[in-house]
Parts: sequence; structure tokens; C-alpha cells
Amino acid sequence: MSTRLATSGRLIDRSKQVAFTFNGKRFTGHAGDTLASALLANDQMLMGRSFKYHRPRGVVASGAEEPNALVNLGEGVTHEPNARATTTELFEGLKATSQNHWPSLEFDVGAINQKFARFLPAGFYYKMFIHPRPFWKHIYEPFIRHSAGLGKAPDAETRDPDTYEHFYAHVDVLVVGGGVAGLQAALTAGQSGLKVLLIEQTAFWGGRTPVDGGEIDGKSAEDWITEAVAALEVMPNVTLRTRCMGSGVYDHGYVLGYERLTDHAPEADGPRHRLWRIRTKQVVTATGAIERPLSFSGNDIPGVMLASAVRDYVVDYGVSIGDRTVVVTNNDDAYRTALTLKKAGLSVPAILDVRVHVHAPPLVAEAKAAGIRVLEGMGIAKVVGGQRVKGVAVCSQAGEGAMVEEIACDCVAMSGGWSPVVHLWSHCGGKLLWDEEHAFFRPDASRAPTGADGLPFVTTAGTANGHLHLNDALQDAHSAGKIALERAGGKAEAGAVVPQAQGPDEAAMTPVWLMPQGAGYELKMKAWLDYQNDVKVSDVQLAAREGYESVEHTKRYTTLGMATDQGKLSNINGLATLSNALGEAIPQVGTTTFRPPYTPISMGAIAGEARGEIFQPIRKTPIHAWHEKNGAAFEPVGHWRRPYCFPKDGESKHDAVMREVKNTRESLGLLDASTLGKIIVKGPDAGRFLDMMYTNMMSTLKPGKCRYGLMCSENGFLMDDGVVARIDEDTFLCHTTTGGAEHIHGHMEDWLQCEWWDWKVYTANVTEEYAQIAVVGPHARDLLEALGGMDVSKDALAFMEWKDGELAGIPARAYRISFSGELSYEIAVPASFGQAFWDLCMQVGAQWNITPYGTECLHIMRAEKGFIMIGDETDGTVIPQDLGLNWAISKKKEDFLGKRAQERSHMTDPTRWKLVGLLTEDKSVLPDGAYAIKDGRNANNQRNTQGRVTSTYHSPMLERGIAMGLVLDGPERMGEIIHFMKDDGETLVAAKIVSPVFYDPEGEKQNV
Amino acid sequence: MQQFPCPFCGLRDEREFHFAGEAGKPRPDTTQPISDADWAKYLFYCANAKGASHEVWVHTTCQEYFVMTRDTVTMAVLGTHALHEVPA
Ligand SMILES: [Zn+2]
Repeated sequence: MSTRLATSGRLIDRSKQVAFTFNGKRFTGHAGDTLASALLANDQMLMGRSFKYHRPRGVVASGAEEPNALVNLGEGVTHEPNARATTTELFEGLKATSQNHWPSLEFDVGAINQKFARFLPAGFYYKMFIHPRPFWKHIYEPFIRHSAGLGKAPDAETRDPDTYEHFYAHVDVLVVGGGVAGLQAALTAGQSGLKVLLIEQTAFWGGRTPVDGGEIDGKSAEDWITEAVAALEVMPNVTLRTRCMGSGVYDHGYVLGYERLTDHAPEADGPRHRLWRIRTKQVVTATGAIERPLSFSGNDIPGVMLASAVRDYVVDYGVSIGDRTVVVTNNDDAYRTALTLKKAGLSVPAILDVRVHVHAPPLVAEAKAAGIRVLEGMGIAKVVGGQRVKGVAVCSQAGEGAMVEEIACDCVAMSGGWSPVVHLWSHCGGKLLWDEEHAFFRPDASRAPTGADGLPFVTTAGTANGHLHLNDALQDAHSAGKIALERAGGKAEAGAVVPQAQGPDEAAMTPVWLMPQGAGYELKMKAWLDYQNDVKVSDVQLAAREGYESVEHTKRYTTLGMATDQGKLSNINGLATLSNALGEAIPQVGTTTFRPPYTPISMGAIAGEARGEIFQPIRKTPIHAWHEKNGAAFEPVGHWRRPYCFPKDGESKHDAVMREVKNTRESLGLLDASTLGKIIVKGPDAGRFLDMMYTNMMSTLKPGKCRYGLMCSENGFLMDDGVVARIDEDTFLCHTTTGGAEHIHGHMEDWLQCEWWDWKVYTANVTEEYAQIAVVGPHARDLLEALGGMDVSKDALAFMEWKDGELAGIPARAYRISFSGELSYEIAVPASFGQAFWDLCMQVGAQWNITPYGTECLHIMRAEKGFIMIGDETDGTVIPQDLGLNWAISKKKEDFLGKRAQERSHMTDPTRWKLVGLLTEDKSVLPDGAYAIKDGRNANNQRNTQGRVTSTYHSPMLERGIAMGLVLDGPERMGEIIHFMKDDGETLVAAKIVSPVFYDPEGEKQNV
Repeated sequence: MQQFPCPFCGLRDEREFHFAGEAGKPRPDTTQPISDADWAKYLFYCANAKGASHEVWVHTTCQEYFVMTRDTVTMAVLGTHALHEVPA
């Protein structure tokens, strides 16, 4: 059983008890424990179930690389899935539950899957769920959704009560990793006086070294670390942060750090996580190395762990995994585990070393001297046990697994060698080289990530650079720190003394990718590579047999390395297995791509403070507050919120819209049109410029007059429309659509700056300078006359004219333009007068039952008149000619944007669909976007089509559905009936092709 | 995230910029006949150089368009200058 030892545990405070629960059961740990160490101290080895076979799984590692011990943390609003027990610091009241099991962790129905493992090989999902197609929606998808996913997603209705923040940091040298190498690199860089930031993902400094031992400058490693941290803390140019992970390295020295501030102390004030947005001249990655598992049958049974983790739990937390531990290894380092256990008074029945030593290297000799039995050339045939290790069958590594001996044990400490953590080096393009001697990939310094100046900006240090020996790592870290500081423009401290470390020499490791070497299928299908996603040696070999040669394809086919641990343990073993199966060398097969984040980071940290109201600031017109107070139902239009309609008490939105249309057409309506874009174009060449921007002639417009204009892209497609008013000889005011103001202004500037840069034109976007209010309906003139101050009679202000003046004492510009077909004025007043003017209109207009109306009423009125709307009738593939707008395309102009493109063959194709009106035979409203079908089918066996609906509404004036659409030969087919398909793909709706002007076709209503 | 030097504002984060097209691609004189092929070349074809590439970018916060030469492989920024100015 796993238990707390009487002594040892350098990170825990035995005087402090911490109570927590796991699956509702109460446990006690110590301050300084991780959730994993506290559970192990309570003999709770089983921590989860695997993804595919629901196999019982215990903890394997002691750090960020842990694939198995994933738990749900908290409940309700603080619920968080997939937290690693090994990196979760224990606190009073912590509540954790295990994942991926039903009905209980100990007894799980899904575990039946493992009985069918033979029938669930690599690519099972791809092979099984392709056919028959109709099964997908109702059978396969629900099944996969039910069985997939480890943790539970938080309740969509709850809101995270914690706060998060972003923090910007600008430094010269960023050192990622606070082990011995990171500390030394920071010391070297810090001594130059440059601004240095050192971040460490765990809560303590020194990395593995305090556990692994060794001496630095004659001191214990722990003392040296304490002194190094103290030396860094007094340097004013150096900042240190623990619990801060280097998450990703990006272009031009941009790095994200993920600081977990209160995860270990939920009652503390302040943000929970902080996302560091770091811009640095140089990065030093001192990210250490991760031990690799060995691939033998039963290597996933709870109690089989990485050798380094077994000694971490003893040294750091005073926890033994078992009373009897068999160590299995291909290198010297695992001997440290055996010696540590022995020193702690635990039994090590044997060390199985696949190597044969002619001369025992120091650690091997030490183990032998300590009385530990070392079996050379030996490995594990299989692990005996189900929910816990009971023993191992020992075999010759060179053979096929014939058992030579069974050794009873309750823990297996395995070591397949170490892999440098190259993730951060690789994120931004750093290349790797294969180190034959150590069987790992390490950074290739000659192919480092390069920055904006084309020069390297990442250096790697210590074990992350492949230096596993303590002194090598220290020397390398000093040199990395020096390279980084010099590249950052600093000067190394003269005569800096590099500390020297002492530790035992180690013999070469022997790569082992399968144990035993000749293991048959029965053993291989229980030899796990990827614990979390249940990928075995046999799966990768199958993928290779089925023709998968690329490591990227194999990864996706087998799901190797695609779990939340992103293959930290499985990557190299899986890759080597694939290489062997393909008969190619490992570097030829290559690695999969390393992508940020290094370990998952919270969505809260990514969002930072951008949540709720400030997730995206909303643009508000000067009259927005009135709309809110008066019950407007809003809809988003670009970044604006515009009233869709103004429902009265108990009124439905539909009824409100119908009332607004009728009131406006029969008496008087009021629209807040302030969101319309307003761009001033000024200068001696303004007319010439607008002749290029619009399809119509604008230079001939007289001051005081307005003209409706169309704007096309150089590709010929219609991109915006609006009314242009000529203010004076040199000045035009161009109205754009609500969504178009910014990009049309940008479009103008693009042409002015890049193409016609010598034309004398100035543009300014004055959209927010004015409140613009449309006064619409038969009583529109009555209202303005009642407000008084400006002659708005038919003669004084004719259709498509504007003039400046005052209305009710407010400076106003009145445009007599109409988007509804009614007598209509748009009144622009300075934004600060917007609310006052609106209030006056409402007061004075009450006698005509003035009705504020929203965007839906506006849409219906324009559709009743057959006016197009950018974004409804256009979608980036429509040209003005499609919409019957030829009258707005100048024939006199030599050139305008889009002219030449509109002469291209596809644009002049007579079969282009053209705009018509559509009236359903049953008066119903056609579905938006519905297609008109035609006889026959196309090459893809889809129904042929001959048109589609672009706008569709219920018209309260006509008391029926009206629609506009683009139809093949439409204008020539007036009166013909065509059929539109409903959403169900079956029901057809008959509609007659008619003129798109449904209401007041003679235009009498506004001609008053 | 890359950083680009706006010739007017200095070094700023990539998210403040928009790509605006290939540099050195003048609009053909449309008052003269242009073949469909030539027009298509103007509209749709770009050199899309691997390596040093000349591009027009706009700094959205100051709204100035400028020319940037950058390496499309290494993301190195080789230089920026105002439009219609030949760099020294
Ligand atoms: Zn700028």
C-alpha cells in the first residue's frame, strides 16, 4: 500500500493538517502536499479511468507531465475539469472528484470496453462510424458524445466568480524554468544589469536537483539553490515568479506566461490567474527534462510509475508508493530511486537493468554495495495485478518474454531514459537534432528561432539542452545566460566565476522501445504508449502496417499524443515504435509539431478582464439611453446596438413592428439613424475622387443637392451604398451603411494614399459627430414646421436637396431623402443636441401620434419599395447590374472602381441571376435564403436551382408576404410561378415573379 | 505576435496593422484597352514571394499606409518606409 513515511518530505509541513475530499470521502493531508501526494499518503492509488477502455489508472508522474491523475476540482460555479492531481496544491476544503467512470471509480461499466480491445484497434472510430450514413446522427454521434470526454464541462448557466487579468512585461532576458540551470542562467544574465525575468511553473525553486542530489561549490544542492535565489532577489533588475509557467513562445520575442495566483489559496483576494504578456529580447528555456516510461505489458497498472516520481514522493512529500519496489531501467539515474527507497527503509527486491555492465558505474556499484539485487540484461515480461501491482514477471530483455522469475512487489519504478523539454524551443520554429547517445531530441543551436532582426532569440540551457549531468547543466546554463545577455545588448560581468558541481558519472543508457525486445502480440496489446488516450504499441504498429508513414497522420489516426497531456510521456516512445515498424531511423520520421500552451491554461486567463460588458465595448448613439428607457428590443448592427422595435406592454415584437410600419406610413414615425456612416471628402480633387469611388457621376452634383450612389470594389462587386450630399464646391458628405463607415473610410484612404496620392483630397469620418434622426410619414413636414426655424416646404427643400438652418433653436442640417417612400427628412444635429432634438420631436409630434420605430420597420418599408439593402441583396458576389441598378452606373465616365471588372465575361453573362419581387401564392412569408428549384440534378446529385430569396417580410400594408430575390432571367419572367424549397428540404412554396416595387410604385407619397 | 515599425508611430504590435496588398502594383490605365488576361493578372495574381517580400500595410491606429519589406519564411522585418518615398 502507499502510505506516509514517518520521516522525510522536504516540501510538507507535518505540523499542519489539511482536510479535503475525493469523491465525497474525507481525507487529510499536510500543508505542502499536492493532491496526488495527499491521496497516495491515504493509499488512494486509483485516481481515474482511461479514455477508451476505462482502465483503472493511478498516478504515473509527479509533475506537469502526468497523464492519468486528472480530476474535477470544485463544484458549481468553481467547477473545473481535467486538473492534474500532481500539480494541484492541497488546500483546506479542496473538493475533487474522479473522471470518466460510471457508476463509480472502483466499479466501472465502460471497462467492459477493454474486453473488446481486440475489436477497438487504432482508427476504430474512423473505420466503424463511416457507414451507413444515416446511422451517424441518431446512433453513432450520441454514442461517441456519451463515451468521449474526460472531465465534465462547467454548467453553461453558471458564471465563473473568479477574476483574471493580463499583465504586460517588457524585459531583456526571460528565463523559463527555475531549476538549477534556470537559476544559473538568470544569475549570469542578471549580473550584467539587464532586465531579467525568471519564471518557474511550480511553487518552489531548484527543480529536480534537491531530490537527485549532488554538490555545488562544496555545498548541498539545496543550500546552493537557497543562496542563488537570495542573490537574485537582491538584484533590482531581476524579477522572480513561481507558479508561473512559460506557456508559449511566439514571433518576435513574444512569450505568454501563466501565473496561478490563488489556486492553492482560494480564499485569498485578487485575481485567480494572471496571463503575462511578455515581450523580451531574448529567451532562455531551462525547462528541464521528462522521464520516459518503458513499454512493457501492464505498464499502466496502478503502482507502475516513473522512477523519478517514486523518489519525488519519498523525498518531497514523505510518501512511499509501496513497501516493495522493483526498479526497471535502461540507465543509471533510476538507481537513485532504489537508493532513496533503501535509505527510507523500504524494500527494493531487485533492479532490472536491461544493460550488462562490465565495470559497474558509480550508482550501480553503490546500489550493489547497499545490498540491492541487480539483474543485468533483464526486463519485465508483464506486470501481475489488476487494480494494483502485485508483482512482475522477469524476463530477458533480449528474448520474447519467457518468465525466469516472478517477484512480488506493490510498486514498479520504471525509467526509459529522459527527454529534454523542447516545447518552448520549438514553438516558434526552433529545430531539433536527434542525439543518438541519449536517444532523445534536443535543440539544435544552429537552427534557433529567429526574431524580427532575423537573429536567434531563444537559447536553451541545462537538461533542456540535453545535459543530464549536474555540472554539465550548470556550465551550459552559464553559457546560455551569457549568450542571451550579449544578444540582448548587455555585457557579461568580467571574471564571473561559474559554480562547479560534483556528482557521480553515469554510464551510457541503452534505448529500449519495447520490453522485452521480442514481445508478441499478447504482450504488445497491453503495453501502453499513451495512457490517457489508451494507445498501445500494437496500435502504432497496426497504423504503420495500414500504410501510415507520416508521424502527423499516425498521431491523428491512433490519437497518440492527442490527449490533454499532449503526449509529454508518449511522444518519443510512440515515435520510436513507428520508426521501427517502418524500418526507418527516428530522425527521418521526425516529431509531431509542438504547439502552445505547454500545459492547458484557463479560458479565464485568456479572456482576462474582457468579459461581460467589456468583452466587446458597445457603440451607442446619443439617443441610446432613451431607447433603453422606452423598452427598445435591441439588435446588434456592427458594434452598435440598434432598436429592432419598441414593443409596448404585452405586445409581441411582430405586432410592434406591424404597428410601427402602419403608424409611420399613415401618420408619423421617428428613426434614430445616427449609426449611418458620415464621411467628409474635401479638397479641389474631391469630385474627381468620388467619380472614381462611386459608379455614378458625383462631380456634377450641385451644392445643396443629394445623390444616391453605389460603391464597388475593384473586382466589380457592390460593397456599399448611400446618399452623397455636396456641401460646397470642395466638400462632399458621403453617407455609408451602418456597418460600412470604418471600412469604407479605410477603402477611400487606401486609394488616396496608395494610388492617387498626388490628388488634393482629405477625408474624415465624422459618423459620431452627428445625431441623425429620420422624420418620416405624411405629417413629417407638419412636425418640422411646428418645431419651426427652417422653411421645409416642397419648393424650399425639394426631394434630394439639403439645407442648413435651425429647428426649434437647434442647429440642424435637413436632408430631404427617403428610404421608405414616404415624405421624409433626415435631420442631422450635433451629437450633443441629439437627445434634446429627439425629445422635442416626441413632444411636438404627439399630436400626430408620432411613433419611434426600429430597424425591422425600416427594413419592411424599404422592401415594400423595392430598395436594396447591402448585405441582404448583396453578398460580395453581386454587381449593381444584377440588381437592376444600371441607372446608377454612369455611362459617361471613363473610369470608376469596378468598371473594367464589370466588363469581364462572367460579369456580362446573361444567365446571371437578377433581382425581382416575389409574391407567394398563399401569401405566406418565404424562408430567408430559400432556393428556387429547377428540373434535374447537377453533377453532385443536388437539385438544380434558378434563384434565391434575398429579403423576405410580412408587409402590413399589403397584408401578405413580400420578398425580393435573384432569379435566372427574372426580369423577363414577370408573372411566372416558380417554386422555393423550405428548410425541411421537401416542402415547396409557389411564388409569382413580380416587380420588386410593391407599394406606391408611382412614388406619389413622397412627391408632396 | 510580431512587431512592425510604423514609419510614423514606431514599433507597434502586429494586431494594430492590416495587410493591404502587394507593393509596387500600380493600377493599369483603364482609359486604354486592357485584355481580360491582363486585368485578371492585376486583380488576382500576386508574386507571393518566399523570402523577402514587399508589401503595403496600414497602421490602423494612425491610418497611414506604408511599405514593409519582410521575410515571409523567417518573419524577419527587413524595413519599412512611407509610401512614395525611396528608402535611403
Ligand atoms: Zn502609425
